[in-house]
Amino acid sequence: MALPSLRLRNPVSARQWQAFRSNRRGYWSLWIFLVLFILSLGAEFIANDKPLLVHYDGELYTPVFNAYPETTFGGFFESEANYRDPVVKDLIEENGWILWPPIRFSYNTINYDLSEPAPAPPSAENWLGTDDQGRDVAAGLIYGFRISVLFGLMLTLFSSIVGIIIGAIQGYYGGWLDLAGQRFLEIWSSMPILFLIIIISSFVVPSFWTLLIIMLLFSWMTLVDLVRAEFLRCRNMDYVRAAHAMGVRTPVIMFRHMLPNAMVATITFLPFILNGAVVTLTSLDFIGFGLPPDSPSLGRLVGQGKANLHAPWLGISVFATLTVMLTLLVFIGEAVRDAFDTRKFLQ
Amino acid sequence: MSLLSLRGLTIRFGQDVAVDNMSLDLEPGHMLALVGESGSGKSLTALSILDLLPDSASWQAEALSLDGENLLGLTENRKRSLRGGRIGTIFQEPLTALNPLHTVEKQISESLFVHQGMSRQKARKRCLELLGQVELPATMEMLGRYPHQLSGGQRQRVMIAMALANDPQILIADEPTTALDVTVQETILTLIKRLQNELNLSILLISHDLAVVSRFADDILVMHHGKKVEAGPTAQVLAEPKEAYTRHLISSEPRGKMPPLAEDAPVLLEATTMAVTFKEKRKSLFSPAPLMRAVDEIDLSVRRGETLGIVGESGSGKSTLALALLRLVKSQGQILMDGTDLRQLNHRQMRGWRSRLQVVFQDPFGSLNPRMTVGQIVAEGLAVHASAMSSQERDGKVIQMLDEVDLPAEARHRYPHEFSGGQRQRIAIARALIMEPELLILDEPTSALDRSVQYQILELLKSLQKKHDLSYLFISHDLKVIRSICHRVMVMKDGKVVEQGDTDAIFDQPQHDYTHKLMSAAFA
Repeated sequence: MALPSLRLRNPVSARQWQAFRSNRRGYWSLWIFLVLFILSLGAEFIANDKPLLVHYDGELYTPVFNAYPETTFGGFFESEANYRDPVVKDLIEENGWILWPPIRFSYNTINYDLSEPAPAPPSAENWLGTDDQGRDVAAGLIYGFRISVLFGLMLTLFSSIVGIIIGAIQGYYGGWLDLAGQRFLEIWSSMPILFLIIIISSFVVPSFWTLLIIMLLFSWMTLVDLVRAEFLRCRNMDYVRAAHAMGVRTPVIMFRHMLPNAMVATITFLPFILNGAVVTLTSLDFIGFGLPPDSPSLGRLVGQGKANLHAPWLGISVFATLTVMLTLLVFIGEAVRDAFDTRKFLQ
Repeated sequence: MSLLSLRGLTIRFGQDVAVDNMSLDLEPGHMLALVGESGSGKSLTALSILDLLPDSASWQAEALSLDGENLLGLTENRKRSLRGGRIGTIFQEPLTALNPLHTVEKQISESLFVHQGMSRQKARKRCLELLGQVELPATMEMLGRYPHQLSGGQRQRVMIAMALANDPQILIADEPTTALDVTVQETILTLIKRLQNELNLSILLISHDLAVVSRFADDILVMHHGKKVEAGPTAQVLAEPKEAYTRHLISSEPRGKMPPLAEDAPVLLEATTMAVTFKEKRKSLFSPAPLMRAVDEIDLSVRRGETLGIVGESGSGKSTLALALLRLVKSQGQILMDGTDLRQLNHRQMRGWRSRLQVVFQDPFGSLNPRMTVGQIVAEGLAVHASAMSSQERDGKVIQMLDEVDLPAEARHRYPHEFSGGQRQRIAIARALIMEPELLILDEPTSALDRSVQYQILELLKSLQKKHDLSYLFISHDLKVIRSICHRVMVMKDGKVVEQGDTDAIFDQPQHDYTHKLMSAAFA
């Protein structure tokens, strides 16, 4: 693989990037994770019940992007064509050809042609078998991975922004504001989060975004202490004093002189926050209070595995997926932590 | 015959040679001072005698013997019996060298248990005896104290007691007084000297301060860049230094005086009844928090082109006074500059005045943001006070400032960690100068630097003062530096001014007892 020749102007960052790369395990984990994540972003092209490309009567159709009624291909119904229907398939193939994605199921496609009752074991058609509704497990994993990571990234991003702002304000101003903030944090963080989410989602129908907001209410606290401590420390640094003495505005000082120091702690923590977010979402889905029922989810697959112990391919495949994903993130996190270890690289 | 003899010591860190073919001889009952600037390898040399070098170092020596016994190739057990047994060690920073969770008794008796297997009773008796020897009260109360309950000088005495516990033949003192105030420094060195004579100890004293050492040591060994430069009896080395480097070290002791100020120099800044109070922790929930007066009703004035020195030991409130004048801490009183009381201005109004009043801090490592280039650091003030300037003009100005502090123009593309302590202090001065200030507050600007670097910075400050007609407020605990650069001196103790006047008057005829004590410690 061609290594990117990142040209970082700041030698401190350059050295940190070097240190990150020298941790081979974390470096390769990052690459593997990025490849998996980017592939999963194109899940519709890997696992779908619609063909990628249809050639019919000398014309090209892209069913993934556009909905075509069955009549387009000489069928009877005005509704969208069901390309898995043998009748439709035959109609098209008389006058053209079909290009299928590698997995001919989406996460919610039910395979009615199973040779065994669902859950069906792995076969040439369903690579990792099906769940007890006859849905393809491989497709479910790909879509579930994507939504888990996206959810985790969003949650990490928003909770970092909120956490950094609040931690910065507390640490910079100190005194009463800090005291009040810390006490509020202690009370807020002692709430039983899982129960609250279960209660809230019983009267708000959870969607991707509402769930994100509900979880954000409790996940922003992770970084506050770190950033606050870093700001408290920096506040008395001579270069901050010197900047004050030059009349630099407070927000500028916070942003230019203090935030970069706090970013070290923040970036070090990001992979672990992402990990935590993925696990929380999975467990909520597992107990049935997570994402709406029609969305793909790793947690629900875990639940299926638990309910169908006689079908080990369910439990094993989702377990492997989760393990690989979380392990990769932990490895990346370790490498980032090494890279930002000031005792190693700033002295 | 010498008691400790070391021949051909070489210490390497990877490819870098830190100590090169070093030899030394310690005579019985003598005090040998190992003198050199930071990074000259003097501490490494001492550590190699005890085989306590960090793992990253590799070392070899042709010969190392104590009292005729070869110390090379000893087993780890034998080496341990040497450390703390026949060779005692005192480290620089007593706060970190003492275990904060152990009482004085535990600290001292630990090595008694290890080396002599004493019973608790006997060890306690020995501890009390040792406390007496280092001139601490030999009471049970003292034995029960923890390091944080002791002053810096007391901690260093406990360290000495620990080193003496097993009747060593040799005492290695690694910068034993660098972290202490001048007056305390004096008493500790006198104590070490007394112990040397009473117990017939041989002492290896490591120091960067030639002046301090020359008053106590019998012999001197000068080191530079890991090499031995010159060695001999103290008086001989000081009177007739053979090597250029030794002469350079001796001549970089601050000396000279400031030429007198013009009689009609106008007053630039006048502060009256300045006071800063901090709330201490309240004793009970309902009692008001007691006030700590860090700065207590101080009047001062600085004239144009004048340097006012503020002297005092740590904790005397001199740095707090500086921060109060800069309006970086809350204060009471009046700060008059050109007829305007700076204390009445709000933040926005103050911003305009800030460029006229700049500051340089002590620690050249903490005062520059490690994540900004030198160019960005120096130009930061321009972004606030000359925001209309084009980036080209700004760059030109930065180059000009770097030139004024004798740094090359290319320096602006590099980062602070690539520079030495003295160069960093130059950068900090450039950052302050670019604002074209009238008054520069220098808070211990040379304390963290070696003497010869210190000398260069002082010369730079003098020439800048002449060129720009600057006024300085020079804060220092080092009386020699103060004498060489200040027109007037103010002596502070516990937040109050003890004495102030012209430099000559204060130094030649100190009126106050405390000033007397400071002087005799510094110029004995």
